[in-house]
Amino acid sequence: MTAEQIIFLLVAFFTLGSGFMVVTTRNLIHAALWLIATLFGVAVIFALLDAGFLAVVQVVVYIGAIAILFIFAVMLTRKDMRDQGPQMNRNWWFGALISVLTFGGLYFLLQGWNGLSKTAADIPSGFDAVGELGNALVSPNAYVLPFEVASVLLVAALVGAVYVAFNWK
Amino acid sequence: MDFLQDPLKIAADWLLGIFTGWGMPEIAAQVLIGFLGVLILLSALMVLDIFLVWVERKVVSRFQDRIGPNRVGPFGLIQPLADIIKLLIKEDTTPEGADRVVYNIAPLLSMMSVLILWAIVPLAPTMLGVDLNVGALYLIAAGAIGTLSIIMAGWASNNKYALIGAFRQVAVMVSFEIPMLTVLLIPTIFAGSMGMSAITQNQDIWYVWITPLGALIFLIAAIAELGRAPFDMGEAESELVSGYNIEYSGMKFGMFYAGELLHAFTFGGFWAILFFGGYRFFGLEQVSAFLAVAVVVFKAMIGYWIIMWIKYTLLRIRIDHMLAFNWKFLTPLAFVLLMVTALLNALLADAASWFYISIMFLSNVLLGWISLEVARVYSRRQREKVEGPKVVEVAHH
Repeated sequence: MTAEQIIFLLVAFFTLGSGFMVVTTRNLIHAALWLIATLFGVAVIFALLDAGFLAVVQVVVYIGAIAILFIFAVMLTRKDMRDQGPQMNRNWWFGALISVLTFGGLYFLLQGWNGLSKTAADIPSGFDAVGELGNALVSPNAYVLPFEVASVLLVAALVGAVYVAFNWK
Repeated sequence: MDFLQDPLKIAADWLLGIFTGWGMPEIAAQVLIGFLGVLILLSALMVLDIFLVWVERKVVSRFQDRIGPNRVGPFGLIQPLADIIKLLIKEDTTPEGADRVVYNIAPLLSMMSVLILWAIVPLAPTMLGVDLNVGALYLIAAGAIGTLSIIMAGWASNNKYALIGAFRQVAVMVSFEIPMLTVLLIPTIFAGSMGMSAITQNQDIWYVWITPLGALIFLIAAIAELGRAPFDMGEAESELVSGYNIEYSGMKFGMFYAGELLHAFTFGGFWAILFFGGYRFFGLEQVSAFLAVAVVVFKAMIGYWIIMWIKYTLLRIRIDHMLAFNWKFLTPLAFVLLMVTALLNALLADAASWFYISIMFLSNVLLGWISLEVARVYSRRQREKVEGPKVVEVAHH
């Protein structure tokens, strides 16, 4: 086993363990903090894949904005941070079934894929990954349409938020 | 390779020779040398941090017409060491009902969020931790961890004042992140890279001359991120006793305090790197790597001094005014400045450099003037709405 594989396994266990804690811990703030640990683990995995830009954006957007928003929402809406009720509802068997089926389907699909045993090609030195990503986002041959659609969606959400919060006198 | 040019590489090669001579595999030796490098950088920073306490106290006392620490050692230089011993032997208290784990992690995260910033600081052409190609975003990501540490400290302390302080501080930090990120894109446009090393090396002319307004917005946003006066919402001592760190004692409080000082110094350094040429100073950085480090530390100290100057001169701004200032003035201004800069940069791509620089400078001045004029007209209208039109009093004879 190479050092990179060991690091990947450690990070993967950390991420999954934190994800498990998010749904099992009874304290809502702890759940939010475990969620941050999970998101951080995902950022580390991006960094291991040489996707530095995605790793940093993961931290900026998910930890810096969304997780902080979660914590604020929990603190401002809940009087008692501990969850008292049962942690399962009546549909638990249905959720379990779906997750088992999904796992089985993925396992079945990946059986026929030969990419698992390959090693990734080395990135040539001087390769400007961020520049390539930026060009791809505005190139008509690549992702300009999804990029613009996402922008319009965000602007619509922004306008909607301002409309809802506006103080009509 | 000259030792004066690239001391780190020579030291690393020398250590590598020794470690492999002991029979250590080369990869393990390189990992060990990497760890040693980080250890040396962090230790140097922490030692510097101790003396920043002294610098801060001396400077504030001069601003307030006092002498400052002058009893322990020459010029009071030993005072911070005595303070550290005091902090270490203080009782370590944990409030009742505190969330112990979160309470204890928060000061560590606070210090960490500052220290990891130094991974991307180019100290000299040959001395930098990583030349990250997303350096500008990394700066914001580290700030996100700082925000997290404050909300963790405020919440885990089980104290109303701490929680209110944390809420206010986080509201400020989250909002001022936006103009800061926007303004960080301006040096990125000029340098064509988000890496701190490329930004430094591209500054044949300091970026402050082509984007003075951007440098100013970055400074304002940086002070807000630091939570220093006039933006010290988190620990407004006259309103919140001490804010988010009220329940911390001993070295845990010391971590927050030292973290704040080092953070201010670090942002002074980033201000210097982004807008004042970093380690570049009339070719001095070519002479020796040590001189380059001296230049960047000197520039960072000047930036730190300006941040202190502002802190000890201005009054605290009320929170709603501060947030309104950010959302209604600073953020739109930063967006417009970014668009104008990007447009002019594209239009003037082939222009002579004196023309490019003067147009950029003038556009910044003009934009600053227009925005102040708009703010003035708007605020006068608001005042008239509240107070009625201004009546000019005629003097009686």
